[in-house]
Amino acid sequence: MSRRLRLALFWAAAVVFAVAFTAACTGLPDFGTLSHPYGSRAIAAAFHQRTANTISSVNFDQRAFDTLGEESILFAAVLGGLVLLRRARDERLAGVRRGRVLPSTRMFGSLLLPITLVTGVYIVAHGQLSPGGGFQGGVILATGLHLAYIAADYGVLKAIRPLAVLDAADAVGAGAFAVLGLVGLAVGAAYLQNVLPLGTFGQLSSGGLVPVINAAVGVEVGSGVVVLLAGFLDQAVEIVSPTGKDNGAGR
Amino acid sequence: MTLLFFLAAGWIFLAGVYGMVTSRNIIRTVGCLAVAQSSTYVLLLAVGFRRGGTSPYFTDTSTRTPVVDPVVQALALTDVVVGATVTALLLALALQLRKRHGTVDPDALTGLRG
Repeated sequence: MSRRLRLALFWAAAVVFAVAFTAACTGLPDFGTLSHPYGSRAIAAAFHQRTANTISSVNFDQRAFDTLGEESILFAAVLGGLVLLRRARDERLAGVRRGRVLPSTRMFGSLLLPITLVTGVYIVAHGQLSPGGGFQGGVILATGLHLAYIAADYGVLKAIRPLAVLDAADAVGAGAFAVLGLVGLAVGAAYLQNVLPLGTFGQLSSGGLVPVINAAVGVEVGSGVVVLLAGFLDQAVEIVSPTGKDNGAGR
Repeated sequence: MTLLFFLAAGWIFLAGVYGMVTSRNIIRTVGCLAVAQSSTYVLLLAVGFRRGGTSPYFTDTSTRTPVVDPVVQALALTDVVVGATVTALLLALALQLRKRHGTVDPDALTGLRG
């Protein structure tokens, strides 16, 4: 298909979309409306389950089964990414060159690395109380670890990154979510139903199953992102294609 | 006038799709897909907005505080997570493409190769 034809097709489709979308938007409730029937019911249900953060209650309690699907997507994407990023038979590993880093960058990184990791754990642990949770905290944990790459070099990052353990942790985190659902079945309730003691509203131990699932998701997301980034970084830093040319990834 | 907030989402979506259609670099295509997808965040959050509402958690506020719709915010979280994983997978594919076919221009990928 020529570029001109493709653009013409796009503009035709864009006009149709724009008209249909505008027509659909006129049928939506007004912007900023005070009536949110689903929202009000979700908040009432969250209070009933003594979970202060309604979004966590929706994701890990009221819609926990949907979130199981979502984290399976994440797990499958990490798996697919690793398959695509593995070292091919005709590629070889080049040695990692030592990087030179400004002393100020080194100090900043080594100071911030533990702080970022603690922040990540905090965000995971307080998912039922304040904005955050397993997904957000997991990403903070994973990116925090990569401060070692900025503050030192790839060799240091490889030394503090137990890939074999994280590979397993990714699978264990994903599996733990599915297994935690069985707790409900074991006591005669529904799959992923929140049957744990609910605790006191606003306390760290409140929400029943919500903080437990958040921890499982935090482990899965944190280790999954590290493992996936390891695949990309290996391609960029270590793996050399047989042609000897730059393999297209930046250095 | 309030329609404008919803229409902004449609505008972002079309801008992203336009970028994908005209892209000559697969990395840029993936970026444009992320732009097109981010229109759904804008639409979801616009639908869930409540005038005078704050964030839907009640750790340090009264349980009677008016808040924005938490359901769409939970959906937006799902959206972000799925978007990030899809981007990672597509970038890994782009890397393999560059290695096996020596190009990142989608238009240069014409024939099938075993």
